[in-house]
Amino acid sequence: MLSDIRPAIVSTVLLTALLGVAYPLAITGVAKVAFPFQAEGSLVKDPHGRVVGSALLAQPFAKDEYLHPRPSAAGSNGYDPTSSGGSNYGPLSADLAKRVTSDAAALRASTGHQQIPDDAITTSGSGLDPDISPAYALLQVDRIAKARGVPAGQVGKIVAAHVESPVLGFLGQPHVNVLMTNRALNVIVPKSPPKAS
Amino acid sequence: MDLPGWSEILFTIGLTVAIAFPLGFYLARVWKGESTWLDPVLRPVEGVLYKAFGVEREKSQNWFAYTISMLAFSIASFVVLYLILRFQDLLPLNPQGFKGLTPDLSFNTAISFVTNTNWQSYTPEQTVSTFSQMAGLTSHNFLSAAAGIAMAAAVARAFAANRGEGLGNFWVDLTRISLYVLLPVAIVVALVFVALGEPQTLSASAAAVGLEGGKQTIALYPTASQEAIKQFGTNGGGIFNANSAHPFENPNAITNLIEIVLMNTLSLACVVAFGRLVVARKEARALLVTMVILVTAGAAAIYWTETQPAPAMHAVHASTAVNMEGKEVRFGAPSTAVWAATTTGASDGGVNGMHDSFMPLGGAVTMFLIQLGEILPGGVGSGLYGMVVMALIAVFVAGLMVGRTPEYLGKKIEAREVKFAMLAVLILPLSILGFAAVAAVLPVALKSLANSGPHGLSEILYAYSSATGNNGSAFAGLSANTPFWNSTLGIAMLLGRFAYVVPVLAMAGSIAAKPKLEPSTGTLPTHGPLFISLLIGVILIMGGLQFFPAQALGPIVEHFQVLAAVAGH
Repeated sequence: MLSDIRPAIVSTVLLTALLGVAYPLAITGVAKVAFPFQAEGSLVKDPHGRVVGSALLAQPFAKDEYLHPRPSAAGSNGYDPTSSGGSNYGPLSADLAKRVTSDAAALRASTGHQQIPDDAITTSGSGLDPDISPAYALLQVDRIAKARGVPAGQVGKIVAAHVESPVLGFLGQPHVNVLMTNRALNVIVPKSPPKAS
Repeated sequence: MDLPGWSEILFTIGLTVAIAFPLGFYLARVWKGESTWLDPVLRPVEGVLYKAFGVEREKSQNWFAYTISMLAFSIASFVVLYLILRFQDLLPLNPQGFKGLTPDLSFNTAISFVTNTNWQSYTPEQTVSTFSQMAGLTSHNFLSAAAGIAMAAAVARAFAANRGEGLGNFWVDLTRISLYVLLPVAIVVALVFVALGEPQTLSASAAAVGLEGGKQTIALYPTASQEAIKQFGTNGGGIFNANSAHPFENPNAITNLIEIVLMNTLSLACVVAFGRLVVARKEARALLVTMVILVTAGAAAIYWTETQPAPAMHAVHASTAVNMEGKEVRFGAPSTAVWAATTTGASDGGVNGMHDSFMPLGGAVTMFLIQLGEILPGGVGSGLYGMVVMALIAVFVAGLMVGRTPEYLGKKIEAREVKFAMLAVLILPLSILGFAAVAAVLPVALKSLANSGPHGLSEILYAYSSATGNNGSAFAGLSANTPFWNSTLGIAMLLGRFAYVVPVLAMAGSIAAKPKLEPSTGTLPTHGPLFISLLIGVILIMGGLQFFPAQALGPIVEHFQVLAAVAGH
């Protein structure tokens, strides 16, 4: 029994150094060289080189000219990447019913359409879901087109180009990345002429 | 429910099984100490480590010595992890400037990662430093998994032995499994994960100003390196609070597929390796088939529940019936369902959608898969020995029915082995139902619930099931970071790991000492459909009898409430 003390301590220390320090640092080093964009969080920059967000994470959009993301339960105001998480409401939660009812009414008012895709009024597991369903994206086309003063077809084309299909046709669900679509909208159908830099 | 959804579920599970076979053949070589293609690199490292540990490679231990070594290692690694977490503010690589964890949270977290549970009472991105994630949690994702697989190897050797004593050497098993199996796969997968979008950086965060001008602080970690072993070792502890629902941990359908495959394939490979070591391939295949049937049934059931009308959505006449609360758009119902079944069947505990927001019966299925004993296919290693215990009980029951002394894999199963098996199995209801009963009446415990009524009971029941089953997933509405929950869940995790495995190792010792018999005409075949049905029956009936009453008061009541609510609109 006493003979176990040394291997217990030495193995914990040495294996921690190998598996908990050397391994992650080595991966970090390789990643920095081979995949610098992904390794730093897939950060997306504007033409001035300022970081506008991560392509993988939701950020709030409320203006009419932008595609809106799903509601978020991450942090007290939502969309907080330092506080990821879902609402954890059970299916019969009164708070859930209240939130869904008011979000549904607001959505019907803003889009002028009656149908409501499920993802439009539910919070995601992470609160940082960067995507919305194609149905929810198409529902917002008229509003965006009106706010930008361009024909709906033009906006619809950009949205359609950003629909990502399931891998091999059956892995995952079709989705539209909100931030990447909104960036494309700003470039192709800017609301006001782009500022000279 | 649709064809692509079913295709995804079946393809994912099929791929997992397909990979388990070659992996299992390789694992058997590692268990036996045979040469592998990694020898040129790893043999010298192994030698240096044994020298430093002061152990001899060839020295086999009896069950008692093996158990003591395993416990000594667990205690040492618990203490080191506790200290890292408690004093992370004094350690390097804390760019976040986080304080040390409180004593009860350090206790809970250290036990959680040492027992391969990875229950998390905290929000990682607000609590743990980069160093704690790496040296504390990533390393224990390896070590607790290796310890589990080591114990499975010991049980396999017991069945292979003929009047033997030695179950192998714990230190050698621990080292070889870490170096030859876990580390190489983790390296490859981690790099694939970075390529597919997972961050891998020592920076604490990035600052962003959004297109509408809002500021975001984006928390970062060396994510990919931890994610790979988190899934491969059935650990499941999130690098971020949202676990694999977080786009940094699981950015797309491909990472999702890899993560699901990883979290079941090594547990299944342990069964394949068991068949090789004991020279009982058909019997091992029967265990594997049992696991796959039940976990597939679980995935199908959850896919069905999550595409039933959710009352809140039904009330506002939303378009379709998918319960998207707590789910990611890129995954939807099928990816979330197959993940939920495999993570709870496998004792992983990572999630890619929030179980607390599942439909009542979906939540019930995840909880039931845990309560069946984490054997479908269970944690790495622990799933195998858990399933072997079930097989012993099944042959014992069959033996009682036909009046013969039961045998399994050439070993007579007598009163002593069955007593140890039952001792292990009974720890689950004792801990889960015992603690849940206490928590359900204690005001200090009830303050932590996010939902009231039957759903609140489900949160309590799920928490103790998850802790005792060493799963680690949660009905996350429960705010478990309080001294009461941290301590009681910590104790439940200890019981679930050690009070379970010590009787199992004692049983292995007794089995090893028996002569290996040739099968006779009176031997019940333990590989055909008859035995598989018997085994499934034993698993479901034992689990059902123990936990159905509690489930009836939680999710099953809630299910009828949901039906009433939906019918009311």
